[in-house]
Amino acid sequence: MSSRTRATAPAAASPDAPPRRFSTVSDMEIAERYDAEDVRGEIGRPGEFPYTRGVYPTMYRGRPWTMRQFAGFGTARDTNARFKFLLGQGQTGLSTAFDMPTLMGYDADHPRALGEVGREGTAVSTLDDMVDLFDGIGLDQVTTSMTVNCSASVVLAMYFVVAERQGVPMSALGGTIQNDMLKEFIAQKEWISPPEPSVRVIVDMIEFCAREAPRFHPVSISGYHIREAGSTAVQEVAFTLADGIGYVEAAVARGLAVDDFAPRLSFFFNLHNDFLEEIAKLRAARRLWARLMRDRFGAQDPRSLRLRTHAQTAGCSLTAQQPLNNVARVTLQALAGVLGGVQSLHTNSMDETLALPSEQAVMVALRTQQIIAEESGVTNTVDPLGGSYAIEALTARIEEEAEDYIRRIDEMGGIVRAIELGFPQKEIAEAAYRFQQQLDRGEKVMVGVNKYQSATEGPMEILRIDPGLEERQAARVRAYKVARDQAAAQARLDAVRAGCRDGTNLMPLLMAAVRDGVTLGEICDVYRDEFGVYRDPAWI
Amino acid sequence: MAERKIRILVAKPGLDGHDRGAKIIARALRDGGFEVIYTGLHQTPEMIAEAAIQEDVDAIGLSILSGAHNTLFPAVMRELRTRGGDDVAIFGGGIIPEEDVAALKAQGVRELFTPGASTDDIVAWVRANVRPR
Repeated sequence: MSSRTRATAPAAASPDAPPRRFSTVSDMEIAERYDAEDVRGEIGRPGEFPYTRGVYPTMYRGRPWTMRQFAGFGTARDTNARFKFLLGQGQTGLSTAFDMPTLMGYDADHPRALGEVGREGTAVSTLDDMVDLFDGIGLDQVTTSMTVNCSASVVLAMYFVVAERQGVPMSALGGTIQNDMLKEFIAQKEWISPPEPSVRVIVDMIEFCAREAPRFHPVSISGYHIREAGSTAVQEVAFTLADGIGYVEAAVARGLAVDDFAPRLSFFFNLHNDFLEEIAKLRAARRLWARLMRDRFGAQDPRSLRLRTHAQTAGCSLTAQQPLNNVARVTLQALAGVLGGVQSLHTNSMDETLALPSEQAVMVALRTQQIIAEESGVTNTVDPLGGSYAIEALTARIEEEAEDYIRRIDEMGGIVRAIELGFPQKEIAEAAYRFQQQLDRGEKVMVGVNKYQSATEGPMEILRIDPGLEERQAARVRAYKVARDQAAAQARLDAVRAGCRDGTNLMPLLMAAVRDGVTLGEICDVYRDEFGVYRDPAWI
Repeated sequence: MAERKIRILVAKPGLDGHDRGAKIIARALRDGGFEVIYTGLHQTPEMIAEAAIQEDVDAIGLSILSGAHNTLFPAVMRELRTRGGDDVAIFGGGIIPEEDVAALKAQGVRELFTPGASTDDIVAWVRANVRPR
């Protein structure tokens, strides 16, 4: 055993006590010290293959990351007001949260929407809602991120039609739609149809955007939810990149050339508590993706090799107990993201374990980013931690272990098959349960929860959603459906149904449908009819 | 004759798919010696009440993180009553503000666990409070 790997027992421990174990929040064992010989893998220079040190040569000196706070609640008008507030506070991009009915493809007047309208995001059933959402915001002036998956095709069609009404050509639109169904089956679990038709619709969107909206990111390949579901950092990298491989393979199978769409694939990672592990994770993901794209898919365009990513601090790390402490957690997590080289960042608000964030809490979260960007000095030099023995050793280790997972998934027949087998789902559930046990035993610490509890805690002002909103929104949707040209709407809906059957790219059909008043729920009902409804393999 | 094991239905009502908590609780209850049935995701109140009656459970644990708790807890209890399951103990967990916790308990929810609750506490509560029907 080398001195490096020998764990050191604390001085006070009895001679019989097992040596104290040092591990990351993901339970990856950490050595007492890392040295030059632990550094493996190609480090390179920032902006050069394999992009370990960052995707651009000048990083934040050239351009700061986009400060993009995820926002959405109540009606589209409520959220529009929050957007304008955030832009007024110096935020540089928009990020839209939709409510559960919108995310699951139900209109606000559907019985399954009961109790959920406008609760954890904004309610969008119709084109009118989408028009309200971006009222007074020039879509050529901001980039917009939209967090929506199984109903994403409809939401994107609505967004393009809103731009059309503003006189903004699709080619001028910048932004991102999450549209990552594979991670839904793995982790977040909002779905309509099974994996295969879901991926088909995603490839329709990749193809359409490559042709018509080349600045738009049609998929944001997301590890965030995988991590929130309880995965380790290695699993987050592995399953996210495996999902990315799945989309690239499907698009190539459609006949697209890899360099025609791969530059517009973007990523979304979590920023959890373990500072060094998170920095290493982002670097490992970049290096592994660059190698996969070059060696496995033969991508030539350097833009196809660059893993550009949004990141968000970890909601699951925040505590309802002593919620002000969350400001400190978010600061460390955001700093890890910046030292890890992200392109865009959301910092969570301190009150998010209690409710949707209040305006004041959101402002502190945004200010946290501004303090890192403009006060801390960490942006003055590119990749300041590059070459650190510990960071480079951890980067190599995460990359190697993630690559092992990807190899196992390949052996199963790819990510869709692995999902059908429940492989990533079970690995994550296992890791989540292990972590909970470690917390319950006090082996992992959550300050204020299983250590340093305090009896007196002041109440916190939280955002309340108006209970009358749901009925008003449902009434608005019913009135919208009554007022439209029914024959035109039905014809457009029939065309979407035909497209589902014959494989025509759905995007133009969806845009035509929403222009003529077809609602999000009606289109998703066609998906349910034509593609079937996915059922959760409900194991424990 | 040994007393039969307490049977618990762990359920995810509504549209929210975040099942990390539900699965951890289901597993902790099973490891704690209870018989656990997990419904899977996206269940309506009718489906949950129906499953509870068919599986003859003693308690239902509902996990809700979507903010729809004020609608979904009462709806599940209503559906249970119409099926003669008034005596099934209802408990739950999720992101539930304090004043809503009080209101839901007044309506008959037996216990609510909010973020930070340990699985040991939840298992202990079930052991102390749920009896075979």
